[in-house]
Amino acid sequence: MPVSERHSELVYDALAATGVEVVSALPETWLVHLIRLAEDDPGMILVRLAKEEEGVGISAGAHLAGRRSAMLLQNHGLLQSVNGIVSLAQLYKIPLLLLISDRGHLGEPDPWQTEGGRTTRPILDALGIVTDELRDPATVQLQVARAMTLAQASLSPVALLLTRDLMWEALA
Amino acid sequence: MERIRCLEAIYDELADCAVVTIMGAVAVELYSLGHRPNFFYLEHAMGLASSMGLGIALSQPERKVVVLDGDGSVLMNLGGLTTLARYAPGNLTHIIFDNQSLLSVGGFPTATATGSDLAGIARAAGIASARTLTDLEAFKAAAVEAIRGSELACLVAKVDPVGPKSFHMDLHMLENRFEFQRALRPDPADPQGAPS
Repeated sequence: MPVSERHSELVYDALAATGVEVVSALPETWLVHLIRLAEDDPGMILVRLAKEEEGVGISAGAHLAGRRSAMLLQNHGLLQSVNGIVSLAQLYKIPLLLLISDRGHLGEPDPWQTEGGRTTRPILDALGIVTDELRDPATVQLQVARAMTLAQASLSPVALLLTRDLMWEALA
Repeated sequence: MERIRCLEAIYDELADCAVVTIMGAVAVELYSLGHRPNFFYLEHAMGLASSMGLGIALSQPERKVVVLDGDGSVLMNLGGLTTLARYAPGNLTHIIFDNQSLLSVGGFPTATATGSDLAGIARAAGIASARTLTDLEAFKAAAVEAIRGSELACLVAKVDPVGPKSFHMDLHMLENRFEFQRALRPDPADPQGAPS
């Protein structure tokens, strides 16, 4: 599978290093290694969701109960979660670290991902969510740490887009 | 059966629990019985009260968690029942007040008014002990047993579509949120508060 195991590990380690103890997730191709890493980590509480919006509730509960969390989701999962993000995370000032696979952007070969790709950034922008792109493996750890710091300080959602450059490994 | 009587019947049992309610009548009626710092009223995000309860229950396995939900909210997050069943935290009690209507917004009937059976859906989702209660004494006994017990419980209480005259609560959402977070600290005197 050409999804990068090495870079998934890099992202996971960066996440764990920020003190994340609860990860909620709904699988998609780009996230498989990340989810497996969470699954294999005895120190991580992995919550597999039926629909991404539940993850906002899980994260809110975890935060109020004193644990750091993150959500692993596809950009269509972001679309599914918008009401929860607005009417729980933003209304109630909940830090919410969103790791979103950046499907449907430049280089996307799957036609069904393209509409979601087109709307991801404008929607994050409309929601006022501070967003960064994870692209260069060399800066992943710093970017994830800074995103968590801002989420905790601002008590708000912060989004990190997992880009094709980072997640997709070119076949040799 | 009236929801406020059900809440009265379990009020003492909620003293040491983390309690998450939905918005509207459930929140106002519990609040009217006497607010406590360990009560959180989720004033929006319909459907996510049970997901919040799951997040709390998994984060603090030693704490009893009670979610006071409603038919309209549960119907917005039926998938969440499968997530509850999947992790089945023994410290979580999910109480669903089913008045077969969206009472707080005009009383329009929900799908439970035309036969959808929430306890049946919960059982089929994997919460084997889920059941419906229509009598106050039976509700009280079941709820107390569930809260004191050590298995995930789901109780559907069939209640009348009546609610409070006013939905006013003298408690700002954020005041409630920060007070609740403080109440959930393992040691409330610890200013850091997070488990290590």
